Amino acid sequence: MSAHIASKKLYVTIWASLIGLTILTAAVSYLELGAFNIVLALVIATAKMLLVALFFMGVKYISEKMTLVVIVAGLFWLMILLILSMTDYISRPWI
Amino acid sequence: MATTAVALSERENYLNKEYGITSWLFTTDHKRIALLYLITITFFFFIGGFFALLIRLELLTPEGDLLLADTYNKMFTMHGQVMVFFFLIPAVPAVLGNFLIPIMIGAKDLAFPRVNLLSWYLLAIGGCLMIYTILSGGVDTGWTFYTPLSTHFLDTHVITAALAIFVAGFSSILTGLNFIVTIHRMRAPGMTWSRLPLFVWANYATSIIQVLGTPVLAISLMLVALERIFNLGIFNPQLGGDPLLFQHLFWFYSHPAVYIMILPGMGVVSEIVTCFSRKRIFGYKFMALAVIAIAVLGFLVWAHHMFVAGISLYAAMVFSLLSYFVAVPSAIKVFNWTATMFKGSISYSTPMLYAFGFIGLFTMGGLTGLFVAALGIDVHVTDTYFVIAHFHYIMVGGMVMAYLGGMHFWWPKISGRMYPEFWGRLAAMIIFIGFNLTFFPQFVLGWLGMPRRYWQYSPEFQVLNVLSTAGATILAVGYLLPMLYFLWSMRYGKAAPENPWNGAGLEWKISSPPVTDNFDETPLVTWEAYNYDELPQEVPVGR
Amino acid sequence: MADSPPAVVTHNPELQHHFTTLEQQTEAAVMGMWVFLITEIMFFGGMFAGYMIYRFMYYQAWLEGSQHMDFWYGSINTVVLLCSSLTMALAVRSTQLGLRRSSVVLLLITILFGLAFLGIKGVEYYGHIVDEHQFPGPSFRFAGAYTAQVEMFFSFYFAMTGFHALHMVIGVGLVSFVAYHAWKGRYHAHYYTPVENVGLYWHFVDIVWIYLYPLFYLISHIHK
Repeated sequence: MSAHIASKKLYVTIWASLIGLTILTAAVSYLELGAFNIVLALVIATAKMLLVALFFMGVKYISEKMTLVVIVAGLFWLMILLILSMTDYISRPWI
Repeated sequence: MATTAVALSERENYLNKEYGITSWLFTTDHKRIALLYLITITFFFFIGGFFALLIRLELLTPEGDLLLADTYNKMFTMHGQVMVFFFLIPAVPAVLGNFLIPIMIGAKDLAFPRVNLLSWYLLAIGGCLMIYTILSGGVDTGWTFYTPLSTHFLDTHVITAALAIFVAGFSSILTGLNFIVTIHRMRAPGMTWSRLPLFVWANYATSIIQVLGTPVLAISLMLVALERIFNLGIFNPQLGGDPLLFQHLFWFYSHPAVYIMILPGMGVVSEIVTCFSRKRIFGYKFMALAVIAIAVLGFLVWAHHMFVAGISLYAAMVFSLLSYFVAVPSAIKVFNWTATMFKGSISYSTPMLYAFGFIGLFTMGGLTGLFVAALGIDVHVTDTYFVIAHFHYIMVGGMVMAYLGGMHFWWPKISGRMYPEFWGRLAAMIIFIGFNLTFFPQFVLGWLGMPRRYWQYSPEFQVLNVLSTAGATILAVGYLLPMLYFLWSMRYGKAAPENPWNGAGLEWKISSPPVTDNFDETPLVTWEAYNYDELPQEVPVGR
Repeated sequence: MADSPPAVVTHNPELQHHFTTLEQQTEAAVMGMWVFLITEIMFFGGMFAGYMIYRFMYYQAWLEGSQHMDFWYGSINTVVLLCSSLTMALAVRSTQLGLRRSSVVLLLITILFGLAFLGIKGVEYYGHIVDEHQFPGPSFRFAGAYTAQVEMFFSFYFAMTGFHALHMVIGVGLVSFVAYHAWKGRYHAHYYTPVENVGLYWHFVDIVWIYLYPLFYLISHIHK
């Protein structure tokens, strides 16, 4: 494990961006966008997730390729669960 | 090199290093933990077997005369739960894998020895909850816990049973986690991925499933429990809940779980076949990739358990097609074992007999799997004895055969003693015959339309059912024999040499039984896996 | 028998006997933590799958349910958790730099933020359960449309936020554990894996909330 030590300033910047994104997502949730409310909210949530994962959890600095594979595999398997079970529900009314 | 019998009793090893109950219950030695698992799962194997025996006795006659219908429901439920979660899933990984993986990769222990001990305690706690469930009246949901039956219509001990499996599931997760990290981080110098024994590859693939699948089972069982305790309405049809949601979540784990119950067995058979054919395994890379492919593809096929449950036809077609893909890596395995044996100098020792049994029975189980993966045929045979026979050919014919084969193959290493070869071969034969007599008639019964999970049946099915019950009796004898002579051999067996089979792996280069740290010094691996062309051509069978 | 270990291996009290180097031990521990976190992804994933499927089936009911969430409690809690993540990240940094005092202080602040989150969540639960009778089951009362499906929405709300809160409780326990050991001076610039791993866990629990917040509080444009 390469002991990468990020600067205090970086952490505070990331935190400020996270708070900013929270205010943004709360603000746009007042707009009437129909089905796009959730889409927008999830896009912002994913941006926040990436900030936390990349910087706070240090994924950006992981030198170990294998650990990255583990993380990607976890997300990939979550997608298998979500997407494949959804195929059933989406296609039920097709007949 | 050659260790004599005299040295055995004197040299310190992992068994005689310390004595006393606490030296076992608080051990962090992976080999001792493996033995704790061995005792635990053997206990549960016989409990599950007892339920199986009651089921078969009830089915001796068409009338429901031995058990009440409700009792029968409990019997097959608890037979399934005990056998799947407390025997088959921990069987090869937690016993043989625990014992062998660190040795095979040249490490002193697993990466997290205390977590390993915790895994055993979790299995033990889960086991106690299961025993409590059994003693306090049992559970009759079927091993699948289908909702809304399990959430709204039964007042048996669903919650404790679910909790038992939840806890045992965490044991399985932690074992898988430990194996993954160990295989990545603890390999000895020179032990590259292309030199890993296939047993390690198989357990690695299994661990992937355990880590990625089991949490989904855990949450679905938790939601069932919450629905019962707090009246949450996750699966409640009265609120518009979809019972199929539970089936999706359950089978997302439980279909891959059947690969947890076969992949480690494939690893065992790969070791045995190559050793007793005195040949390098045919197509090493394909064998290694095939187990990973099975593990990954196994996650894409789960809804084939739900073809008649009301899922969309289009999704069913996709899942049916994907299910066929699993046949490809499975066939690669079978062909390569056969090719390994081709022109090899085969010796018919006990482990090899089990490996033969495995290959034949797994092939039958796998091919009938194609029947049930086909949409049209599945409609005909769903929930009949055809399905029962199919998965017993994989789980019992495949996994239990492999487990016993592995136990015989590595028993000299585990105990430092040889088992009696004659009795070993006899038991292997009895188990093979008993197994086929038990389960082959069930293929026919299922094809004729006998449904599963009923305690009565039409009289025309009786002959085949009597055959099946007779087979089960033979099978029970076959399973008792190894336990008896293994126990006998611990005291009276001949002392085992370091390498009774002239095997190629690292485990055969250390003393039998191993010392606590496995290796006196960290090995440097300079040879390829299964270099049997450089080893003697005969197996010095310990007769 | 090797009578002594190779000279390169300096005897280190933190190095367990089955590892060759401290680096190998650290790598194994961090990788183990990540593998554990993906099991957590799948654990919550099961509930997210259920949420997604029902939202697809009962779109209107989900909007209806969302309008009865406490928007401000949820938003404030999000901010609280993000602050705790900052202090946690800084605590790990201080431990890496060997700054004992600041790492203990930052860990304690993290605990306080965690407790604040749980406190606010408790107040919110109290409102839902006692004042509004929105806990699913026989006592469930709901005046609006789609009563049955809204009850399912609340089932998901309580199950998902409940499991998240349980993870927070465990997280507070873990942070307290490393805070105690940090105070005792067990960690230093070359050995801080436990703090790092607890940090990873804490951030993961934060990420779960980052998704729970929009999925429950923000899917409808009308707020309570």
